[in-house]
Amino acid sequence: MSKRIDVKDLNVYYSKFLAVEDVNINIDPKSVTAFIGPSGCGKSTFLRTLNRMHEVIPGARVEGEVLLDGDNLYGPGVDPVTVRSQIGMVFQRPNPFPTMSIRDNVLAGVKLNNHKISKGEADALVERSLRGANLWNEVKDRLAKPGSGLSGGQQQRLCIARAIAVEPQVILMDEPCSALDPISTLAIEDLINDLKDQYTVVIVTHNMQQAARVSDKTAFFNIAGTGKPGKLIEYGETHTIFSNPSVKATEDYVSGRFG
Amino acid sequence: MTTTSLTKSRGAGRAGDKVFSGATLAAGCLILAVLFGVALFLVVQAFPALVASPDKIQGGQGFFAYIWPIVVGTLIAAVIALAIATPVAIGVALFISHFAPRGLASGLGYVIDLLAAIPSVVYGAWGAAFLAKEISPLYNWLADNMGWVPLFQGPASATGKTILTAGIVLAVMVLPIITSLTREIFLQTPKLHEEAALALGATRWEMIRMAVLPFGRAGIVSAVMLGLGRALGETMAVALVLSSGALTASLIQSGNQTIAAEIALNFPEASGLKVSTLIAAGLVLFVITLGVNMIARWIITRHKEFSGAN
Ligand SMILES: Nc1ncnc2c1ncn2[C@@H]1O[C@H](COP(=O)(O)OP(=O)(O)O)[C@@H](O)[C@H]1O
Ligand SMILES: [Mg+2]
Repeated sequence: MSKRIDVKDLNVYYSKFLAVEDVNINIDPKSVTAFIGPSGCGKSTFLRTLNRMHEVIPGARVEGEVLLDGDNLYGPGVDPVTVRSQIGMVFQRPNPFPTMSIRDNVLAGVKLNNHKISKGEADALVERSLRGANLWNEVKDRLAKPGSGLSGGQQQRLCIARAIAVEPQVILMDEPCSALDPISTLAIEDLINDLKDQYTVVIVTHNMQQAARVSDKTAFFNIAGTGKPGKLIEYGETHTIFSNPSVKATEDYVSGRFG
Repeated sequence: MTTTSLTKSRGAGRAGDKVFSGATLAAGCLILAVLFGVALFLVVQAFPALVASPDKIQGGQGFFAYIWPIVVGTLIAAVIALAIATPVAIGVALFISHFAPRGLASGLGYVIDLLAAIPSVVYGAWGAAFLAKEISPLYNWLADNMGWVPLFQGPASATGKTILTAGIVLAVMVLPIITSLTREIFLQTPKLHEEAALALGATRWEMIRMAVLPFGRAGIVSAVMLGLGRALGETMAVALVLSSGALTASLIQSGNQTIAAEIALNFPEASGLKVSTLIAAGLVLFVITLGVNMIARWIITRHKEFSGAN
């Protein structure tokens, strides 16, 4: 499990508006890659093209290639549904299904592919996924309760458990901690550290300390001005980006001089 | 005197609050009073029929023998209507909310809303003059090929004016109500949850089953109950479409009657105990409707914990 991602000459449009221009990036398997940059520079837009979630938005489209271990996600005959079952996503606001129990939330994605999972297997998978999301001890006595009754941080870890239950190759996270308190944020950061033993993790964050803490590599995105497309400015080892960036804009941003 | 700024009351705001809470209280009481008044009227007026000796009641065997066949007839017509209308309405609503391109969706939504504005007598006339005739070959076919099922036992009505036709007309009438309401509910599904399902690798249909339908559950039940309310109480269309008669299991023979149509057809010439009998029938319809609504409430609250409202 865990595959690499190579993006070649990617442009993303919302109808006529070019939101992200000419991104080339290679993301290593079993690593954490952080996307940073000022808001509106297209981090979320770009992230969503990595599992074709941008297609949910009417008018959104891409040009270029995204290769998952060499297979183009945008190749002819590729089904976005299959892409998304291999590249999971965690959103900015925790979104467990309110109508499902904690257990059913974890199993939601699994049941799509494998309807005949036995109860024993399901129980084992629920425990494994919740342990993987550092949530098991907190919820093991109330698996039948609704997921919406958990705290925000717990809900977000439930969403991570739901994402890893389908055993994806890659996990994308779009500012997963921005709605959480500092303690819950630390819990998620610890979890991200554990996840990279098994998965390729890509995380968008507006919090530079967080990028420095959790990621192996960092990509800095920027825009020249409103209405202009976002671009990948610099990409490299996280400690290089933060201590010795080669582009002036990156240095200004990571030192807090703008953005 | 630092406390004065806290204790000093803002006169106008207070008065506004009082007026508003008084007005809402009065409105709430008025509704209860009207409901109670209607119930009281029905009980008082129906009382003679309920205590009269059996041979005085129409049919000569007492009120219960008179009422239960038309209660069953009412329920049959309503069940047929909902069995047809609910899946179609939910399908159309989902098509409008999640599948159709935007232009088509709003056009279709508009047409559906227009359907709800057509008076019931028009539906009744359409059912009697057009649908009944067109559908009677189907009834003949059913009698020939499925006649061993009691519901489709022959001989089929030659005019096509059967309880099944009435049920179909009712279905067409309640369809726009259920469609409009459920469409609104489906449109309110949080994007967040739809995206959660899609990001797990759900197809659009799976997303609907995972996020849209469960989220709209309480609303769907309410919409169906409103439809049921109209189907139970609909008078004109049934009176025109159904050639009524004694209770029969077969849906494709003439026969059966609904409470509302029974009252409407007989009330103009009724007098004395007959009026009481018909009002008692109205009381029974009132109780059925009340019961149905209570069951709906119960279904909705039973799942409150999982409704997403917390
Ligand atoms: N659904 C959308 N439709 C049209 N434009 C959008 C949409 N979402 C984002 N954009 C535009 O794309 C650009 C990048 O936005 P986004 O990816 O959300 O930035 P970030 O996540 O870095 O803050 C912005 O100019 C934004 O206005
Ligand atoms: Mg964003």
